[in-house]
Amino acid sequence: MKKVFSRPKSLKNTAFHYCGGCGHSIAHRLIAESIDELDIQDRIIGVPPAGCAVIAYNYFDIDMLESPHGRGCAVATGIKRVLPDRVVFSYQGDGDLAAIGTAETFHAANRGENITVIFINNAVYGMTGGQMAPTTLLGQVSTTTPPGRSALLDGHPVHFSEILGQLPGTMYIERCAVNTPANIMKAKKAVKKAFQYQMDNVGFSLIEILSQCPTNWKMSPLESCQWVNEVLMKEFPLGIIKDSKR
Amino acid sequence: MQGNRVIGEAAIRAGCRFYAGYPITPQNELTEYMADNMRRTKDGTFIQAESEIAAINMVLGAAAAGARAMTSSSSPGISLKQEGISSLAADELPAVIVNIMRGGPGLGNILPSQGDYFQATRGGGHGDYRTIVLAPASVQELADLTMDAFDLADRYRNPVLILADGMMGQMSEPVEFSEPAPRQYPECYVLNGRGKGKSKFIRGLILDAIRMEEHNWKLYRKYQVITQKEVRFETFWTDDAEILIVAYGTAARIAKGAIKRSREMGIPVGLIRPITLWPFPMEVIRSFAERVDNFLVFEMNTGQMVEDVQLALGGIGKVQFYGRPGGVIPTPAELAKVIAHHARKK
Repeated sequence: MKKVFSRPKSLKNTAFHYCGGCGHSIAHRLIAESIDELDIQDRIIGVPPAGCAVIAYNYFDIDMLESPHGRGCAVATGIKRVLPDRVVFSYQGDGDLAAIGTAETFHAANRGENITVIFINNAVYGMTGGQMAPTTLLGQVSTTTPPGRSALLDGHPVHFSEILGQLPGTMYIERCAVNTPANIMKAKKAVKKAFQYQMDNVGFSLIEILSQCPTNWKMSPLESCQWVNEVLMKEFPLGIIKDSKR
Repeated sequence: MQGNRVIGEAAIRAGCRFYAGYPITPQNELTEYMADNMRRTKDGTFIQAESEIAAINMVLGAAAAGARAMTSSSSPGISLKQEGISSLAADELPAVIVNIMRGGPGLGNILPSQGDYFQATRGGGHGDYRTIVLAPASVQELADLTMDAFDLADRYRNPVLILADGMMGQMSEPVEFSEPAPRQYPECYVLNGRGKGKSKFIRGLILDAIRMEEHNWKLYRKYQVITQKEVRFETFWTDDAEILIVAYGTAARIAKGAIKRSREMGIPVGLIRPITLWPFPMEVIRSFAERVDNFLVFEMNTGQMVEDVQLALGGIGKVQFYGRPGGVIPTPAELAKVIAHHARKK
């Protein structure tokens, strides 16, 4: 019988620890499939963040270097400058990338480092239990915004991908989602394209992935997929934000 | 050649191929030297980072990727780097960090000071770790110890701190650069893509308490070996000394001048100069206590290394302290007066 679906070679034979319905597992798979298809498992280096994906090295069968919270782009810069012929990516959440790591992300993008950033936006701090993230929506309830996020007290959701798109140093930025099969296919294409751009020395690329967090959103997996469509995407519309090669 | 620039030249000669730094006085000439001279190498990288935190984390990435990597700063900047230094220690990665100390706390000033002794010798960041701390007292020693720092960092896969002050960084003296030994760093620790082998990861997060404890004890055993093997010190006029000054770096230079003056006045005083502040020359100081019971610790702070001297002596002998914090540079004449007063009190 013909085998039509299997675990990507770049993922270890280990069960994910992620909660049921979480978007991380899908994002991991898309990255692993892209690595396999581009045949770069032997020369890619990943930088996982502090956050739910902190032990990504238990899942990816590639070389990985843990980064302190928010410093993924600085760590990736160090690796890439020493090993310019390797493919280097950081994997970061919204708090990691757009709060504590704002400076590192912004300036790596501004320098036009030839690295790829996978930016998981689930509008919440997942691992620490559902606190307000920089991308939390106005009115969204979190454990640190119990009455809902207030623009006056807590500020507005940060559109980091759009901000980075303004920088001449960035080459490819796209926002995707993993809540429907169609969106997953598009996200896969974007991740693979970002790696391909890096291999072609095009420059800095970032793929933002709107990702479900049923546990902290206090929803069922199905409800959270719908919430991405009906609420999260209204604030963070999908699509290519910048593609300098297009 | 100026001290700051000497550190840069010695680093490049020692094979440093990655430098990231951020402007801060009084160490700017080092950053500028690296900007200008890393280009000499075919494969070297210089980055002016957006922050001290970014600089040390770039060094983390570069060190993991197999480069000899260095960053430098001055006191407030070193505070910011502590997150990365703790991670380098946890990950067992080699790197050299230069601290050209200035007056503190807070922003303080830009004058020479030794206020960062506690921070340097107690790890400095969070968690149970140590860094090797080298304290040069001349421009020649800045060159020699910078080269040694890279070898020590590799040998123990641990961050090494060069702890000097604004005086050392700014002053010029003749210098000769020695020929560095070829680098010996096992390829198995380099993260450069899995190739045809097994995938590797480097991390400090160990969620299981027992395994985390094991990792802490493993680091501890390494620190024990360093303590046994890497203590360095200099003695000066100690043979017939009845009073012993303990001082390092700039303070030790001032002490030498003061000792010459005191000797002319017939006061038998000598100097123990720790070159490694961690590991601290505990046994050396203890062995002197068999013969001398009068110690004067002299620092450009309000009293930090004095605690290590007291620890070394364990209650034997008399330990007194003289210090000038905040960027004041005492003169040899001033210290000679203190020594004379100290000798009379005895």
